[in-house]
Amino acid sequence: MSGNPAILISGLTKTFGRVRALDGLDLTVEAGEVHGFLGPNGAGKTTTLRILLGLLRAGSGHAELLGGHPWRDAVELHRRLAYVPGDVVLWPTLSGGEAIDLLGRLRGGLDQRRKKALLELFDLDPTKKGRAYSKGNRQKVALVAALASDVELLLLDEPTAGLDPLMEAAFRECVTEERGNGRTVLLSSHILSEVEALCDRVTIVRDGRAVESGTLAQLRHLTRSSITAELDRIPDGLAELAGVHELAISGSRVRFEVEADRLGGALRLLTDAGVRGLTCQPPTLEELFLRHYQSAS
Amino acid sequence: MTGTFALVRLALRRDRLLLPVWIMVITGAIAGTASAIGELYPGMEQRLALGVTIGSTPALQALTGPVFDATSVGGLTAWRATTLATALAGLMSIMVVTRHTRAEEETGRAELIGACAVGRHAIPAAAVIVAGGANLLIALLLTVALTGQGLPGSGALASGLAVGGTGWVFTGIAVVAAQVTEHARTANGLAISVLGLAYLLRASGDAAGVETLSWLSPLGWAQGVRAFAGERWWVVGPLALTGLILVGLAALLARRRDVGTGLLPPRLGPSDAAPNLASALALAWRLQRGGLLGWMIGFAIGGAMLGSLAQSVGDIVNDNPQLAAILERIGGAGALVDTFLAAVMGLLGLAVGGFAVQATLRLQGEEAGVRAEPVLAAAVPRWRWTLSHLVIALGGTAIVITAGGLTAGLAHGVRTGEVGEQVIRLLGAAWVQVPAAWVSAGIAMLLFGLLPRLTALAWAALVAFALLGQLGELLQLDDWIRSLSPFAHLPQAPGGEVSATPLLWLTAIAMALALAGVAAFQRRDLAGN
Ligand SMILES: Nc1ncnc2c1ncn2[C@@H]1O[C@H](COP(=O)(O)OP(=O)(O)O)[C@@H](O)[C@H]1O
Ligand SMILES: [Mg+2]
Repeated sequence: MSGNPAILISGLTKTFGRVRALDGLDLTVEAGEVHGFLGPNGAGKTTTLRILLGLLRAGSGHAELLGGHPWRDAVELHRRLAYVPGDVVLWPTLSGGEAIDLLGRLRGGLDQRRKKALLELFDLDPTKKGRAYSKGNRQKVALVAALASDVELLLLDEPTAGLDPLMEAAFRECVTEERGNGRTVLLSSHILSEVEALCDRVTIVRDGRAVESGTLAQLRHLTRSSITAELDRIPDGLAELAGVHELAISGSRVRFEVEADRLGGALRLLTDAGVRGLTCQPPTLEELFLRHYQSAS
Repeated sequence: MTGTFALVRLALRRDRLLLPVWIMVITGAIAGTASAIGELYPGMEQRLALGVTIGSTPALQALTGPVFDATSVGGLTAWRATTLATALAGLMSIMVVTRHTRAEEETGRAELIGACAVGRHAIPAAAVIVAGGANLLIALLLTVALTGQGLPGSGALASGLAVGGTGWVFTGIAVVAAQVTEHARTANGLAISVLGLAYLLRASGDAAGVETLSWLSPLGWAQGVRAFAGERWWVVGPLALTGLILVGLAALLARRRDVGTGLLPPRLGPSDAAPNLASALALAWRLQRGGLLGWMIGFAIGGAMLGSLAQSVGDIVNDNPQLAAILERIGGAGALVDTFLAAVMGLLGLAVGGFAVQATLRLQGEEAGVRAEPVLAAAVPRWRWTLSHLVIALGGTAIVITAGGLTAGLAHGVRTGEVGEQVIRLLGAAWVQVPAAWVSAGIAMLLFGLLPRLTALAWAALVAFALLGQLGELLQLDDWIRSLSPFAHLPQAPGGEVSATPLLWLTAIAMALALAGVAAFQRRDLAGN
C-alpha cells in the first residue's frame, strides 16, 4: 500500500445555481485503506462521489482518482472501480440477476463464482424484476454487482441505508474481506458506528468542507474526556483552566469535560486538591460527531 | 377521495405551462380555421364549389371526414378541423392522465402521497378532474371563440361539445389504461393505440361510405354531432356517457390492485443475463424493442387499412362518368388514388415522427429515472450511451414506416392486382418520409443535450409540424412559415417526382442536430435525484 493516494481532492468546489454543495473540500484516500466519509445529510458526500465518477463537472479545485482525471479519463478509470449509489434504481423489465451481470460486464467483467457466493450471503433472489424489489434489495443488487467485480477501488454511497441489521453485518464482513484483498474503499455514511467498525481513517465533512480528517485514534484524541472527582477541597482556577468545559460543582464533587491534551494539567490541579475518588470516561467519537452535526444545523 | 382537491392543485401547478398551451393550440386550430374559411370562401358559390370538390374526393373524406353542410362557413370549419382537434384533445387527455397517475406511481411519488391522508382513489380522481376540466374549458372556449366570429351559437356549442366530449372519452380510456398496465410508457402506448385505431376506423368508414364503421369510433361520434349542419344533440350523450363508464371501470379496477402494480402479476426473470446483454447498445435494444414492436404492429395495421381504401377512391370516381371527365384533366382516377396514397404516407410520416421523438427521449427518461447513472459510472463513454439509443431511434423510424409501407402496398396491390409493383412504389413512398421524421429525432436529441428540462418542446415541434402541414395551406400562412416544417419539403410520393436533394438536406440537418446534441451531452452534468 505505497505510492500515490487512490483519491486526492483539494480545494474542490461545486455550485448548483445558488446552492454551494462543495466549498473547498479536501480529501485524501490512501491506496488500500477503508476510508470513512462521514457527514450529515446534505453535507456534499454524494456530490463529491459524483464528481469523482465524472458524472458532474468540478467547479474549481483539484480532484484526482487512481492517478487520473475524473472527467477526462472517466472510461479508463471506471474499469478499475465500482460504485454503489445511495438510491439504487433498477430497470423495471430486467431481473436483478440480469442487472448484476450487465453492470459487471459494462465495467469489464464479473466473477460468476463470487456473484453466486454474494447472492447467497445477502440472501437475494436474482429472478425478481426491477420494481418487485424493496429498497434494501435493490441496494443488494448494486452491492453484489460492485463486490463481484474485480476492481481496485469501491465507491460506496451510504450503502447500508436500506439494509436490515443482519445484512448490515454481512456487508461489514464483505468490506473487511475487501480490505484484506488490498482494495481501497471510500465509504460514505452518516452513521458513526458503521464507520467506527470498518474504517482505518475518517474524513468528516460539513457544508461542503472537510472539518476533521485522520485515523480513528487521532480523532478520538480530538475529543473530550469526562471526569467526575470527589475532592478534599474545591481547587481555585479549575474553571479558568484552558480546555475545561461544562464544569459543575456540587459540594465536594466536581464534574467537567476536558480536552485530551489538557488532561494532564487538569489532573495535576485535582491531585493538589486531594483526590478521594475519581472516574474518567474515555472520549467517544459520538460526542465529536454530534458536536459537528449540531453546529451544522 | 380525501385529498383529491390538494392533488388537483398540485397537478395544476405542475402543468401550469403545458395545459394552457394544449388548450390554446386546440381551440386556436379550430378558431383559426373558421376565420380563414370565412375570408377565403366569403360567397355561397365559392363554398358550394369547395363542397362539391370535397364530396367527390373520398380521399379527402377519409383523412378529414365528410362535409355535412358546405353552404356555411361553420359547416366547412367543422369538416376541416373536427378530426384534427378531436385527435389533439384525445392526445392531450391521454398525456395529462398518464402523467398524473401511472407515471407518479412509477417514480414512487404516489406512494409518498398515498401514505398521507389521501383516499385510495384520490390520485386517479385528481387526474380525471384535471383532464376533464381541461376538456370542459376547451368546449367553453370554442363556443365563445366561434360565436365571437359571428357563427351560429348552437353550432359553436355543438363544436365545442364534440371536441371536449372526445377528449373526455380519451380521459376515460387513459385512466383505464393506467390501471391495467404497470408502466407509464405502456399506459401511454395502449391509450394512443386506441386513438390510432379510432382514427383508422373513422377513416375507413368515411372513405368507403360505411357509416357503421365510423360509428365504432369516438372520433366518428364527434363528427356525428354535426356541428353547424343541423346539430344532432343526442350524440353528445354517448360521448359523455362513455367517458363516465370508463372512469367508473377504472375505479373498479383500481380497487383490485396495489399501488405501483398493474392488474397482471409481475413475472420472474432469468437469474443470469444472456451472454449478449453486455453493452450499452444491447441494453438500449432490450429497453426499446417492445415499443418498437408495438409501433410496427400499429403501422402494419394502419398501412393495411388505409392501403385497402385507396382503390375505392378510384372506383367511386370511375362510377361517375361526369366526375371522371373532370378529373381526366388532372390525371384521371389513377392520379386521384396516388394523391390519396401520398396523403396517407404523409400521415404515416408524421406518426413515425412520434416514434422518432419518443425513442430519442428515452435517453431523458433513463437519465431522470437515475438509470443512466450506473451505466455511465461503468466503463461506458457518454457518446456511446447516447448513440446507442439514437441508433435505435433512427433505425427504428425506418423499420416502423417500412412496416406501414409494406402492408399498404400489399393491401393496395391485392386490390389492383399488381402486388409486386405497388409494394415497391409504396415502400419507396414510405421511405421518402424518413428524413423528416429524423429531423424530429434530431430536435429531440439537441434538446436532450442542451436543455434537458425542456425536452417536451420536441413534442411541441412535432405537433406544430402537423398543424402547419394540415392547416398551413388553408390558413394561407406565408411560405417561409410553412417551410419551417421538415415535412413540407418532402416530395409527393407516390405519383410525384422524387428528387434526392431535399431528402439529403433533411438527412444532413437531422444528423447535424443529433450530433450537436451528443456533443452537448458530452460536457454537461448528469441529473441526479
Ligand atoms: N442537482 C442538484 N441541484 C441542486 N442542488 C443540489 C443538487 N445536488 C445536490 N444539491 C445540493 O447540494 C448539497 C449537497 O448534497 P449531497 O451531495 O447530496 O449531500 P449528501 O450526499 O452529503 O447528503 C445539498 O444542499 C443538496 O441540496
Ligand atoms: Mg447523499
